[in-house]
Amino acid sequence: MNIIVSALSFTYPSGVEALHGVNLAIAAGEAVAILGENGAGKTTLVKHFNGLLRPTRGTVAVGGWDTREHSVAQMAARAGYVFQNPDDQLFERTVQAEVMFGPHNLGRTAAEAGAAAADALAQVGLAAQSGANPYDLHLSERKLLALAAVLAMHTPVVVLDEPTTGQDARGVARISGIVEALKAEGRTVIAISHDVDFCAEHFDRVVLMAGGLILADGPAADVFARADDLRRADVEPPQLVRLASALGLLGAPLRTEQFVDLLAQARL
Amino acid sequence: MIDIQGLTYTYPASETPALNGIDLTVPEGQLCAVIGANGAGKSTLCYAIAGFVPHFYNGTLTGRVTVAGRDVVATPLAELAGEIGLVFANPFNQITGARFTVREEVAFGLENLGVPRDDMLARVDAALALVGLAGLGDRSPYALSGGQQQRVALASVIVMRPRVLVLDEPTSQLDPVGTREVFETLAGLAQAGGTTVVLVEHKPEWIAVHADRVVVLSAGRVVLDGPPAEVLAAPELSGYGLAPTRYTQAARLAVGRGLAPGDRPLPVTLEQAAPFFTDRVSP
Ligand SMILES: Nc1ncnc2c1ncn2[C@@H]1O[C@H](COP(=O)(O)OP(=O)(O)OP(=O)(O)O)[C@@H](O)[C@H]1O
Ligand SMILES: Nc1ncnc2c1ncn2[C@@H]1O[C@H](COP(=O)(O)OP(=O)(O)O)[C@@H](O)[C@H]1O
Ligand SMILES: [Mg+2]
Ligand SMILES: [Mg+2]
Repeated sequence: MNIIVSALSFTYPSGVEALHGVNLAIAAGEAVAILGENGAGKTTLVKHFNGLLRPTRGTVAVGGWDTREHSVAQMAARAGYVFQNPDDQLFERTVQAEVMFGPHNLGRTAAEAGAAAADALAQVGLAAQSGANPYDLHLSERKLLALAAVLAMHTPVVVLDEPTTGQDARGVARISGIVEALKAEGRTVIAISHDVDFCAEHFDRVVLMAGGLILADGPAADVFARADDLRRADVEPPQLVRLASALGLLGAPLRTEQFVDLLAQARL
Repeated sequence: MIDIQGLTYTYPASETPALNGIDLTVPEGQLCAVIGANGAGKSTLCYAIAGFVPHFYNGTLTGRVTVAGRDVVATPLAELAGEIGLVFANPFNQITGARFTVREEVAFGLENLGVPRDDMLARVDAALALVGLAGLGDRSPYALSGGQQQRVALASVIVMRPRVLVLDEPTSQLDPVGTREVFETLAGLAQAGGTTVVLVEHKPEWIAVHADRVVVLSAGRVVLDGPPAEVLAAPELSGYGLAPTRYTQAARLAVGRGLAPGDRPLPVTLEQAAPFFTDRVSP
């Protein structure tokens, strides 16, 4: 399912102007990473995809639905959003209830919701904790629970806000696997992340934001090679890109294998 | 500055100890990074150094924790707070909620110490500038992005100028340049200011550059302890649920494919990586 953002401006009630005319078109099945300085407007932008925020000016459409004409509940069936702070998202008393909530609200039967919940909890590795109270989980686990709650809704668009923060290597590998699985299913996956190496490895397209505007937008290898734009967005190039450039290799390798292939070619 | 001897600690409702026989001495002015998988005991170690364990969490503690000459178990939290600054892992919890603006929030601790107003304002503005929040002092601490909130949490501890800084994943929400700057700031405080820094983080590429020492925790025990170049290139790292830097990963793969010599230490930083890959394999 596609997303079209046209001339989107947003001002918080307190008067902070967070977005200044953002244009962005994301096609169905794309995997897009959004990067940029703290306060750039990334979270504000994606909260428009499921109608949590409504444009001050401009429009946002998801699969042709203008978010101003549909309820949050309706939009939530199309775009699932995993919050940056899981505590803003979680409110049920058990892990199981938390993950059942979404599918339930979408009108699934108890059996369907139960199956979707079990599946989602297994994917994030929390199956054994289904009876626990979310507040007894660690922050990294609550973050995974928030992800499971969105996965269980099987939305065509999945939006992840800082999915890897607080995760150890195993957690990052698990999330990477989930992103790859969503991509393979043809779903639209959008992640906001400061983890440039994670973005380079799993997202084909990179959008750079700063000061409520989009600074750069293109294939990951192109955007990560644009040192000036990265600097303006307070983003560092991925480690492998920095290394390739220090070695004078041509191109921006996104994965370790690609880097080693470049190295091998350079020595032929 | 920090001296931990035979520390074993078990949370009240728990059966297995979260920390199990920890011996750790951190000298004044050292930047000591602590890494480990989720659940390894990193946060609990932070709490133990700052006295939150056992003063706040209760539970059973054996062994000794001495910080700046004070026995942490025997010293009240309020007294420890003057020496030890703790930045919590969850920035969304650190904001006190007792103040209306970012500036007041950061001033909170100094106010409690009775620091004169002019001095206080100057220190608060310096701390805000240090964490890149210079323009946001008059905002509500809640009307901020995730990374901005984390910067407030950091500023409110740094402003106290504690001799010992304990930071639990302080850059988890920061943009990449913000992360680099925090590491540089902490390294500066340790080197120039003699601040003792215990830093829990998941970011090996910055730990490799700035830490004096890396301690690996696993299941409540110290399992590796040494200079970054040694610890971060150790083959057993992945067994503890940790990943090395991409530089080390690339080097390992290149060695495996015969594109780099296998008899040299693997690089952990960009600086080490460049020469590693430019030297050819001898025929
Ligand atoms: N609830 C709010 N009320 C008022 N202003 C806000 C609120 N939330 C965010 N802002 C402001 O809006 C701007 C954009 O914030 P946003 O949360 O979208 O940034 P972000 O790019 O997600 O940053 P981060 O990387 O730190 O999460 C910032 O100037 C921020 O201070
Ligand atoms: N408040 C608590 N009550 C009971 N057990 C806890 C509490 N906090 C942490 N633990 C347990 O202590 C161990 C270490 O946790 P923690 O210090 O949070 O690890 P880390 O910070 O490395 O992820 C884990 O087994 C965890 O489940
Ligand atoms: Mg955000
Ligand atoms: Mg922790």
